[in-house]
Amino acid sequence: MAVISRGFHGRRRAGGDKLPPGQYETRDFPVLSAGPTPRIDLDSWTFTVTTEAGAAHAWSWREMTALPSEQPVVDLHCVTKWSKFGTRWRGVSLDLLLADVESAAEFALVRSRGGYTTNLPLEDLLDGKAWIAFEYEGEELAPQHGGPARLLVPHLYLWKSAKWVEGIDLLLDDEPGFWETAGYNNYGDPWREQRYQGD
Amino acid sequence: MNAPSSPASPAPDDYQDGNALAGPLAEVFAVDVTAAVGTCAGCRRNGPLARLRLYGHAPGLVARCPDCGQVMMRLVRSPTEAWLDLHGTLSLRIALPEV
Ligand SMILES: [Zn+2]
Repeated sequence: MAVISRGFHGRRRAGGDKLPPGQYETRDFPVLSAGPTPRIDLDSWTFTVTTEAGAAHAWSWREMTALPSEQPVVDLHCVTKWSKFGTRWRGVSLDLLLADVESAAEFALVRSRGGYTTNLPLEDLLDGKAWIAFEYEGEELAPQHGGPARLLVPHLYLWKSAKWVEGIDLLLDDEPGFWETAGYNNYGDPWREQRYQGD
Repeated sequence: MNAPSSPASPAPDDYQDGNALAGPLAEVFAVDVTAAVGTCAGCRRNGPLARLRLYGHAPGLVARCPDCGQVMMRLVRSPTEAWLDLHGTLSLRIALPEV
């Protein structure tokens, strides 16, 4: 991991107004995983958006990384209560990937290698709020953090930022994902502390 | 809540309400369930739950079949509730004192 230069981003008083309720700041990058870390061959890597009509839009690794990318600097909030400020990524905006996709869907189900899924409203992937990220702190994204590519949707708890992302299904009806079917909140807004169902 | 719809219900006179689970479940979870023999819904192999691969660095506990890797059990603990998902487990065989 690259060393981030001290003071590159202004760190306000320990957490301060950057810390959602119930969170604490960490400077590590804890690894959370519900299964073994897959080793994914870039030659066989694809990312596929599938519409509610079954139309598939797929990108190879070469195609994805040749698209115009952005370099978001974002705060991460994990439902296990750590937050990490000022993380630097490179990735392709979902606005770009979904621009030519014809769909009336209001929901998205994100799919990952190994079977993990997570759901969110489609609008939470749009308007500069989400990326397919493949670099972290200037280096290729490590497998334990979701490499070669993960979804990055930092305004929601980090379980929504699916590691090892392989595709997104656009759906007319909401379909709860892996943690959302096991007691976690369907939406997961850290600022409203939506950790569990009913929060 | 937004759970997937459940399978077709049995005829109305054919079921009891969920309170009837209380006794059997209290008995099940009063024993050391790691010695119970679980059958994987994926590969149908079986073995004691102690053999499962438990992933705990996660928002919940995820126990996977050591043979095929499928999730056999998930347990999420909120401050006020436990969520137990066993849909990857076909059965649990639990040794009990002879009655
Ligand atoms: Zn199995």
